[in-house]
Amino acid sequence: MAETELTREEVRHVAGLAMLEFSDQELDYFKEQLDDIMNLIDVLNEVDTTDVPATFTVTENRNILRADEGINAEQKDELLARAPESENGLIKVPAIINESAGAK
Amino acid sequence: MNYFETDLTKLHNQLVNKEISSVELTKETITNIKATEPAVDAFITIAEEEALAQAKAIDQQGIDPNSLFSGIPVAIKDNILTKNILTTAGSKMLHNFKPIFDATVVEKLNNAGAVMVGKANMDEFAMGSTSKTSYYKMSKNAWDQTKVPGGSSGGSATAVAAGEVIASLGTDTGGSVRQPAAFNGIVGFKPTYGRVSRWGVIAFASSLDQVGHLTRTVRDNAAMLNVLAGFDYRDQTTSTREVPDFTANLNGDIKGMKIALPKEYLGQGVSAGVCETVLAAAKQFEALGATVEEVSLPHSKYGVAAYYIIGSAEASSNLQRFDGIRYGFRAQDVKNLNDLYIKTRSQGFGDEVKRRIMLGTFSLSAGSYDAFFKKAAQIRTLMIQDFDKVFNDYDLIIGPSAPSVAFGMDYKPEDPAELYMYDVLTIPANLAGLPAISVNAGFSEGLPVGLHIIGKAFAEDTVYRAAYAFEQTTQLFKQVPNLGGQN
Repeated sequence: MAETELTREEVRHVAGLAMLEFSDQELDYFKEQLDDIMNLIDVLNEVDTTDVPATFTVTENRNILRADEGINAEQKDELLARAPESENGLIKVPAIINESAGAK
Repeated sequence: MNYFETDLTKLHNQLVNKEISSVELTKETITNIKATEPAVDAFITIAEEEALAQAKAIDQQGIDPNSLFSGIPVAIKDNILTKNILTTAGSKMLHNFKPIFDATVVEKLNNAGAVMVGKANMDEFAMGSTSKTSYYKMSKNAWDQTKVPGGSSGGSATAVAAGEVIASLGTDTGGSVRQPAAFNGIVGFKPTYGRVSRWGVIAFASSLDQVGHLTRTVRDNAAMLNVLAGFDYRDQTTSTREVPDFTANLNGDIKGMKIALPKEYLGQGVSAGVCETVLAAAKQFEALGATVEEVSLPHSKYGVAAYYIIGSAEASSNLQRFDGIRYGFRAQDVKNLNDLYIKTRSQGFGDEVKRRIMLGTFSLSAGSYDAFFKKAAQIRTLMIQDFDKVFNDYDLIIGPSAPSVAFGMDYKPEDPAELYMYDVLTIPANLAGLPAISVNAGFSEGLPVGLHIIGKAFAEDTVYRAAYAFEQTTQLFKQVPNLGGQN
């Protein structure tokens, strides 16, 4: 059976895509666990799926439309109250660029 | 109130006849929950104040004689939004999250007069089979507190099995209602994909997720689906098909029903005790006048692998919304906005969630998509075709709900893949979108064994008919666990 094994660099790359960061120790741990899961997944290669269509959903419905209207606008204050930080009716977030880089 | 010696219909009659008020019932329920919780830890939040206010309002309006749930306390899994009541999904990420609206299923239960007494513990974001990945607590099996309750809806299952509530809501993406129901000896149901709205349910894997529900008896379970089912314009996957009365044909008559028993479902990895119990159940169905024949679902063994790719890929997309900006946990001491996202997610998610986000992100990434995500989606087609073939000739498919009875709290598999195999019997119904139930079929090693019954899409009534006939013959729902604190 073919074995798929990820390199440490690949694991780090995937973590970056997923907006996660790992210490070196955590990276080893997740790499090992992902390799175990990849082993389990390798079984799929036994099956010839040439010309087999893919199923992405089992719903019977397609494209249910509704009017393009703004609703629940009165919930703004309730929503803002859930944000970790807000100011003047807006959600507050840190600067996009490091403050040390000279931009605010 | 002793929920072990009653059912929805009896309770409803007592409420209608004013033998008990909803406030009295709710108070007794919460007192009993508080006495039982130290043993089972089923709840993350007990909503005492809100429940009593709700019960009082229902008493003032008067119990609705046409609504079985009027004045009845229920529990809700903690990934289902409840307005202004903490909803954590078992994660640190949502440790302080109080939604501003109710999920459709909660709205429907409210409209039916149900009283929400608490939010049930679960695996973090419903990812797990033990409820041990919860950030908050470890729920215990109602029958043996050294065993896991199953998962991810472990709290919902234990709460019903321990007699804390008569019914609860769960969610089922790969077996998360049926497996804990099996481990706790109760009835757990996953409807057809599209039968029940997921609006307001924290998404895990959108092509697989369904809201399910747990009860002690089959009739109560069918009555609950009557409340929950139906089209919802806010969930575009919900079906516009007519919703029948699922309790209408529960008469014990299943003569002539054609039942299939796939040989793969009693294969390697299924314990001897579980196999024996399910074979005895098959004999029971024959004694009731049904035919049971062996069939094959040849792609069953690929279900777990396909599920972990599809489920994790969809989860990696759904869980992108947890970024520390609009609600929930936000990491401190960050350098910039990007750092805020990364630190919030790295500190807010637990290991199992991170594993699945990593697997899912990898499966969808450039260079991996065809070999992983698309491959899994093709296997899914083959599994659906297997089911279609069997359902051309049979009404139902039976098997075990889980390969073994509940295992120990301290059981630690060598790798996560080993634990994933515990879902091998329930996953196919999610991949194919089929309705399925777990009902207690007996005991092995002193713990309940679940019988799994899968039906054709939107043929929930057939599933319930068979489960009811079986339950009425075995009367196993009368066997209940011994728990300290139960009055």
